[in-house]
Amino acid sequence: MELSAPRILACGDSAINVEFGDTVDAWLNARVLALDAALHAAAPQGVVETVPTYRSLLVHFDPLLVDLPTLIAIISDLGIQLPPKTDRVRRWRVPVVYGAEFGEDIADLSRLHGLTQAELIARHAGAVYRIYMIGFMPGFAYLGGLDPRLATPRRTQPRPWIPAQSISIGGAQTAISTVEGPSGWHLIGRTPVRGFMRGRDPVFLYDAGDEVVFEPVESVKWAALDAMAERGEPVASWAFA
Amino acid sequence: MTSLQDLGRFGFQRFGVSPAGAMDPEALTRANILVGNPAGTAAIEFCMLGGTFLVESTSLQIGFAGGGATLSVAGRNVPALTGAIAEIGETVAVGPMSDGVYGYLAIAGGFDVRPELGSLSVHRRAGLGGRPLQRGDVIPVHGLERGKPIMRLPQVDPGPPTPIRIILGPQDEFFTPEAIANLLSAPFSISGQADRMGIRLTGPLLEHTKGFNVVSDGIVTGHIQVPGDGQPIVLMRDRQTTGGYPKIATIISADLSRFSQMRPGTEVLFSAVSREEAIILWRTAQDRLAELVQHLAPVDVRLSSAHLLGTNLISGVISGDLE
Repeated sequence: MELSAPRILACGDSAINVEFGDTVDAWLNARVLALDAALHAAAPQGVVETVPTYRSLLVHFDPLLVDLPTLIAIISDLGIQLPPKTDRVRRWRVPVVYGAEFGEDIADLSRLHGLTQAELIARHAGAVYRIYMIGFMPGFAYLGGLDPRLATPRRTQPRPWIPAQSISIGGAQTAISTVEGPSGWHLIGRTPVRGFMRGRDPVFLYDAGDEVVFEPVESVKWAALDAMAERGEPVASWAFA
Repeated sequence: MTSLQDLGRFGFQRFGVSPAGAMDPEALTRANILVGNPAGTAAIEFCMLGGTFLVESTSLQIGFAGGGATLSVAGRNVPALTGAIAEIGETVAVGPMSDGVYGYLAIAGGFDVRPELGSLSVHRRAGLGGRPLQRGDVIPVHGLERGKPIMRLPQVDPGPPTPIRIILGPQDEFFTPEAIANLLSAPFSISGQADRMGIRLTGPLLEHTKGFNVVSDGIVTGHIQVPGDGQPIVLMRDRQTTGGYPKIATIISADLSRFSQMRPGTEVLFSAVSREEAIILWRTAQDRLAELVQHLAPVDVRLSSAHLLGTNLISGVISGDLE
């Protein structure tokens, strides 16, 4: 299959953006992740690290160790010839307590979309999501595959602080946050799972390209699950999809 | 914010971990060279404010660079870019930064702190590397290797002010030709909204052609992003790893140290260079840092009894000072 060449854009003198498109699209994202995997395997000299995003791969390199035309040639070659990654995908099952103090916007959002809270939860938890990107905060996962009925523009006034491990909706995306911090998204639940935990092995659970399924859990279970996660257990499980 | 910083945390940006690290890596290098450390050893980074430290369990050899701050040990002033010994019970005082924003206090042998994800750099928002330093904190250090001479470096001549050099893109096509022209000709001013994450500039509006949202993509240190209000923000070491505002240009690596030291109110001019020029400038800067070690010169140390005992010139007990 003929694949179009990505654009390669300079980000200063020590990084390039390998851009496959400018939309949120599973196919584009798959190409980003395929190139990322291929570059990782090829490990050309001078590449410091790569950052896969929705629709481009940022490649950080040392300009004193690698000649950029050479690097571009390697990347163009890998980016064109490689079909999207078809390896088995990790699918996580992530427990979530929806609503009440765990997701303070759920009542407003349900009303806005003409749904009961139970219907909103069913629609949110009924999907299989794809992690497009980890960014913004350590381990913060941006998910695609949200039921279009639940899409909600971001809040006009962001909150300066939301709880750790919040499940939120922003635009057509849903996300799993990690550490506390600001957010302009709508909070619908919380998970005890720490996608990022200092000192744990592994420090990070999710990776771009993984799939996620949310499992609604009663709030009475929160304390026990939270304690397990605090001790370093993943609490989320995964299997190959 | 006062914090431990080395050259940064790399390999984890794909997990949303900002690299952090010294805002002025050249000054960090000078401080480390002064005390015989590898260039990237973690040091205490000061931002505008200084601080005082009490030496507790072991003598230290210290060196300071960047920010134009005064340094004193037990009340004795230490000349700029000159190392010093601080004995147990003595106070090390770093004054406020008088010329620049960031300064670095290096300890010979470095700090006895475990790296986290490969680095000692503090990234406050993520909690990585611990937290910024507060009054009362005790910082473990490696002991002084006795007999190491005190060294000094020649003063840095900054030369006449030159523009900050940039490479256009990756989203320069999102801006009008007037915006690009403004960026490359008009003076901007460092605003008061400046920190390790980003430095906001005030100046002519940089107008967008296609709106001010892009689907989030990767961010590098030095990216000049322009949100809806048309005023640029230069993203620095604690920047997020991804973002959705268009980026008009990127400051070249060789100019990041110099840019980080521009205080609020400073006028900034930008000029575009080619990638090839930028790499030549970077190589020159790195070469200059690498040969710094050759410019170290020993200093006449005021002969204190403690120092002489340390260098094993004499043994036994002596009374009185030799000063």
